[in-house]
Parts: sequence; C-alpha cells; structure tokens
Amino acid sequence: MNNSPLPFFNSGSDPGSSFSELLTRTSPNVMAVGSSATSEDFVHGTTVVAIRYNEGVVMAGDRRATAGFTIANRRIEKVFPADDFSGIAIAGAAGPAVEMVRLFQTQLEHYEKIEGESLSLDGKANQLSLLVRTNLPVAMQGLAVVPLFAGFDHRQGRGRVFSYDITGGRYEEGDFQANGSGGVHARNWIKAQWNKDLTADAATALALRSLFAAADEDAATGGPDLIRKIFPTVAVINEQGYNAVADEAVAAQAEVELGGREEGAGL
Amino acid sequence: MTMPFYVSPEQVMKDRADYARKGIARGKSLVAMSLASGVVIIAENPSRTLNKISEIYDRIAFAGVGKYNEFEMLRIAGVRQADLKGFAFAREDVNARALANAYAQTLGQVFTHEMKPYEIEILVAQVGAEAGTDELFHILYDGTVMDKTDFTVLGGEAEDIAETLGGKFKSTMSRDSAIRLASDALSGPESKALTANQLEVAFLDRSQSRRTFVRLRGPELESALTA
Repeated sequence: MNNSPLPFFNSGSDPGSSFSELLTRTSPNVMAVGSSATSEDFVHGTTVVAIRYNEGVVMAGDRRATAGFTIANRRIEKVFPADDFSGIAIAGAAGPAVEMVRLFQTQLEHYEKIEGESLSLDGKANQLSLLVRTNLPVAMQGLAVVPLFAGFDHRQGRGRVFSYDITGGRYEEGDFQANGSGGVHARNWIKAQWNKDLTADAATALALRSLFAAADEDAATGGPDLIRKIFPTVAVINEQGYNAVADEAVAAQAEVELGGREEGAGL
Repeated sequence: MTMPFYVSPEQVMKDRADYARKGIARGKSLVAMSLASGVVIIAENPSRTLNKISEIYDRIAFAGVGKYNEFEMLRIAGVRQADLKGFAFAREDVNARALANAYAQTLGQVFTHEMKPYEIEILVAQVGAEAGTDELFHILYDGTVMDKTDFTVLGGEAEDIAETLGGKFKSTMSRDSAIRLASDALSGPESKALTANQLEVAFLDRSQSRRTFVRLRGPELESALTA
C-alpha cells in the first residue's frame, strides 16, 4: 500500500474522520503561519451579529474590511454557510478567518462523508473551538480570529448561537451575540429590542438596524452604501436549512429600515 | 535448503484472478446508469447501514461490490484524496478520472504484490454539467479500468444483467423507470421483484449546483419502484 497514490495510513497514525488531522499528516506546513506584522499590514473584518428568532437564527455582517485606518474592501463577505444547517460569521483578521471558514466547511463535510452522518450542533461548535485554538499562536501575534457560530439544532428543535474567544473558549449565547469592533453597539441595540417571539423578518430587520447603529458609532464598520448599493450580508437558518438572503431582498428591507433616518430620526 | 516449486507467472496470475472472481461472485451485483437527469446507481443490499454506494465529492460517487472492508478502505481513502485536493486547489479541480487512476494503481499494486488480491470491483461515477458528459469508471480487482458512458454492471452476475439491460436501456429514460429496470435486472431470471428495503439507491442529480449526491430511501424509493 505504500506505493499507492491514495492517502493510506497505518492504524497508529490514522486521522479518523478529522480533516484537519488529515491535513497535518499529509501537508504539515499548511496549518502553520508565522509573522511579526503589525495591524496596519493586514486586513480586519469588523461587525457580525447572530440573533435567535422563533424558528431559528438570523446571522448578518457588515461588508467593510479595514487595514489600519484604510478601507481595504467594501464588499467583503463575513457570513458563510458552515454546512446545510449552520453558519459561521467572522470578525478579526480576514486572511486567517477566511481560511478557517474553508477548513471548517471542509471538516464538517469530510466528517459527514466518512462517518455517513452529520455531526450534532454541539459537535460542530466544539470542532470550531479546536480550529480557533489552533490559531492561538498566530492570534498572539495580532491575527486573532473570533467567529460566531449559529445553527439549527434538530435534536432540540431550535436555533442556537455560540461565540468564541481567541483561546478557543466556546460560549453558548442565550439569544443573540455580536462580535467585532462595532459589536458593542450592535449588541446594545439588539438587547433593547429583542424578544422571544421575533419572526424571521423581524429578526432580519433587527440585525440590519443593529449593524447600521454600529456603523454610526464605529469607524471600522461599514454602513449601508446607498450609492454603490452595498448592504449587509444576511442568512436565515431554520429547520429547512441555511438560506442566504438575496442582495435585492436585503437592499429592499434596508431601505425600509433606513426610512426617515435622513432627518436624524431613530438615531 | 529447500527449493521452492516453480510456478509459472501465468499460473500465479490466473490463480489470483480466480480467487478474486470467486470472492466477488459470492456478493450481490450493482448497476449504474447515465440518464438525462443524472447518474443513478442501484445495488441489491439488504443492509441499511453498511452502504455500497456513497458520496466522494460534489459530482462524484463511489460504489463497490465484494468484500465490504476492502472497498470501504478504498472509499475512505478516496474521500480523503478528494477533500485534500478540493481544499488545496478548488472544488472544480476534483475529478473522477484522477481518482479512478489512483484506485486502479492501488488495486493493481495489491493484485501483484500483496498476499491476496482484493475481492472487489469498484465504480467511480461522475455526473457532468450536461447530459452525455457523465463518466462511469468501472475498476476490476486487478486494476483494469473500463470507462463507460451509458451504463455499467458490477459483480458476479454482471454479464447476464448487462445483457438484460442492454436491450431495454435508453439514456432518455426517467430516473424512476431506470430504477425499475435495474431492479428487475438485478432480481435475475426468477424475477421475484426486489422491494425497497432490499435495494440501495443513490442519484447524482445533474440539476444540483454543488453537492449532487442524494440517497433514495423509504417512501421516496417505494414510489419510484411502483410508479
């Protein structure tokens, strides 16, 4: 078997159903990053939110990425599907974050194919914790990645939200969480308006309002750009699965939420 | 010092091939067909948990007949290979041909170098973007690769089943009528119809944009068989 082009392992070194283990066995350099860059040198993603509603979770993120005091990207995406029933939203250093998302997506799919069934939502959340922890040495150099993870838990029949710290600490949030530089403002806005009977539309509206509020206060968070037609990324996750809300639908709702704000109302 | 008996290489290969074929003939057969709507794979398999057919990647499925532990090992290696490749490059860079070659090399290697050959036949199927671009790679125990575009049959009774199918198969068939045709062909000359819980059926759905692999089971399979 040693001459086979396929990745075979003997029982002592078999990576099992873990893709990151497989990757470390086959290409050890892929997982390691080392640098002594300063925060002006690399791109940061900013504010993301996850809000539970009566049938699931809404996740949303602004579209701005910054490098120091410069806007690095106006249309970056920070909300991604992790698999069919969960999503991941990223704040922090964009490079390692996007790579972490790719690794996480592959990991969940890999497990599902090898084992023949999906991980539980807690299992997925723990997997992500492992990935965040692997990133710790890099995080200490300033490239921290702090994701939000949310999904629909079929065993409990409800949406759940998890947040992380740079050490891989995993914390389940009761009803909502916001991360990133504008996270405090977004969280306060959500806290004031959240209730347990929110519908998907109401939760989406609340997510948009909280991101606009964060953009009003925080320079690194991108507000709605009516000229370039740039609005937040929104995804709704419920029993049927992960559903990215189309740009046009977000734009229409954003314009409703912004109504009257030109006169300073609301904020 | 004892002198080993001389055995001609022809005899060694023949013995190994006979051994592998006998092992494969003990198991049930499997049919894969390329249709307008996708690739459908049908196997006689009473187990609900030990699968013969499974997903490798977005547009690629794997199927095996013969010894379960042997093709299961190859399946896992294939999933690993595909996921590593898709992660290192891009999802569209993962293709069935490279995987079929890797399997063929592995099986060829085992056939000549190991104590015993693998008693398996495997299929690597890929659904194309348009009808007529599907690829079905049928790989034998000794590493022989055959590529088919319409349909292929794996297993001990492959020739008889292929003959039954050959006259009736059309690539324009609907998915459900193809499943019924395959189920009739698999049930053999006694034609005691196979029921939904004796069959394992999977479909690579051409209309899906990313992961195309779907398992048909329970009521969905029953309605396909009776329609």
